[in-house]
Amino acid sequence: MYGYIIRRLLLAIPVLIGVSILVFSIVRFIPGDPARIVAGVHASESYVERVRTELLLDEPILVQYSVYMGNILQGDMGRSAFTRRPVAEELFNRFPNTLLLTVAAMGIATIFGMSAGIISATKRYSLFDNFTMLFALAGIAIPVFWLGLLFQLFFSVYLGWLPSSGMETWRNLVMPAMTLGLATTALIARITRSSMLDVLGQDYIKTARAKGLVERVVVYKHALKNALIPVVTVMGLQFGTLLGGAVLTETVFSWPGIGRLLVDSILARDYPVVQGAVLVLALFFVLINLVVDIIYALLDPRITYGTQEGN
Amino acid sequence: MEKKVDQVSQLKTPKTDTEVRQIWRHLRRNRMAMIGLAILVLFLISSIFAPLLTPHDPIKLDLINARQAPSSENLMGTDWQGRDVFTRILYGGRISLMIGFITVAIGLAVGIPVGTLSGYYGGKFDLFVQRFIDILIAFPGILLAIVVVTILGVGVEQVMIAVGISTIPIYTRLVRGSVLSVKEEGYVAAARSLGIGDARIILRHILPNCLGPIIVMSTFRIATSILWAAGLGFLGLGAQPPDPEWGAMLSRGREYMRSAPYLTLFPGMAIFLMVLGFNMLGDGLRDALDPRGRKY
Repeated sequence: MYGYIIRRLLLAIPVLIGVSILVFSIVRFIPGDPARIVAGVHASESYVERVRTELLLDEPILVQYSVYMGNILQGDMGRSAFTRRPVAEELFNRFPNTLLLTVAAMGIATIFGMSAGIISATKRYSLFDNFTMLFALAGIAIPVFWLGLLFQLFFSVYLGWLPSSGMETWRNLVMPAMTLGLATTALIARITRSSMLDVLGQDYIKTARAKGLVERVVVYKHALKNALIPVVTVMGLQFGTLLGGAVLTETVFSWPGIGRLLVDSILARDYPVVQGAVLVLALFFVLINLVVDIIYALLDPRITYGTQEGN
Repeated sequence: MEKKVDQVSQLKTPKTDTEVRQIWRHLRRNRMAMIGLAILVLFLISSIFAPLLTPHDPIKLDLINARQAPSSENLMGTDWQGRDVFTRILYGGRISLMIGFITVAIGLAVGIPVGTLSGYYGGKFDLFVQRFIDILIAFPGILLAIVVVTILGVGVEQVMIAVGISTIPIYTRLVRGSVLSVKEEGYVAAARSLGIGDARIILRHILPNCLGPIIVMSTFRIATSILWAAGLGFLGLGAQPPDPEWGAMLSRGREYMRSAPYLTLFPGMAIFLMVLGFNMLGDGLRDALDPRGRKY
């Protein structure tokens, strides 16, 4: 088990290096002078020259990369082409907002999705089940930005119940979290239902019932734990979708997170900030996947942890 | 004797035909899949025959008629520049369908050969490919697409390439997995013992048997690509005005959310329905193509 966790941690290293290479390459792939691209369109000649020396553009690419990596490991991600403030500072200020939004969305999705899935599975073909399945189908097809606009139209414009943008109080969080969480809710409901139905058909559930156990104990104690494994996997994978969705949701609700910062920076051609935002989002995603894989291993003792590749 | 051989060879040809027919029969009985297919056929017809279905122009400005509410003349109203929204939605279907198909084609074009070689030969090449795919998958797909758009610049073609690239790791992994399981089948061993070459085994015996999961995945991926491309359009990173792309239409339309909510309502509804159609068809195809779940 510990061997597996250590191996999993080690496997994350090449992934992180790959991510850093991709991010490092962004400004070098864009057509034009990298120093000008990093400095910004309105930067003075002298500033461009300063950036050129900082980026070591005359040195071999490997030297450039190792210096870039060294800076990042020290928390230096360069300066914004517009505000000239350190990128790391900007990201540090905004990251908690993105974290809050995604965790709230995941919380909503877990609570509602799993409850709906469990009820659906235990009351198969009921009205509730049919409704849940219909919702599950629609939930993953609805564009997250459109859903956000519909919520704004309904709850802010027509009903006036919730503020349409910003983040002053907890009431600002309700709509963005619901918007971002809906697709995941739908997916979790669907997976929980099918996984529960699978488990409920197993022999040991029949045994538990034959022993005369109360249905509630059978469902929650015997079935649920085993049904959770695919649900946890999907939740881990969904974090990526949530982060992607956060980019859109933050834009709709003017939520001051990293996703919106990323979009604004791309549109403004503020590439140092783009690089930083991509790096942080990807890093966050890799960490989440790592945690999920470890939880997964703890949940299911049957998993063998050999690598299958290359055989 | 000769007659018997003749019968056998006759039996062989229609076999694939019946397979397709069986799948279709199963699919036809699935009401949800048929609704999905109907939605898609409707979108396909309306985008192909858009010029015949509407008298309006999707691009030309008509500022005098700006922001007219839906009426018999303008079924979904007109936008801030007086263009008929219904017309723009019909033409927008072309863009979305094209994005869906082309992105998946890019994913298939790279994913099938790389995944097949990786799964069939294994070894160092496989290890290298898998590590590379791990890195790409470590990026949330849409983020990867955003990175590529950042490098290539905004526009419909750039979005197609960007979203297409981000589907490559998914196909490579899927194809590799399918090839790995098919490779172990008896008929592959039989073909090999007959001295049939690798290329022929791959093309004639392995790939045809991997088609099922690839078709199902492609149906779902088209839906995802359309969603992502619309999202990029909404963010201003995709199709640019005056292209009648649904995501871009939404993002401008939201500025008039109070006075003209239909500018927000209809383009979003179009994205939703098209994605729903592909998802419903994909669910049906998955059931129909899974021989274990299929009842003859």
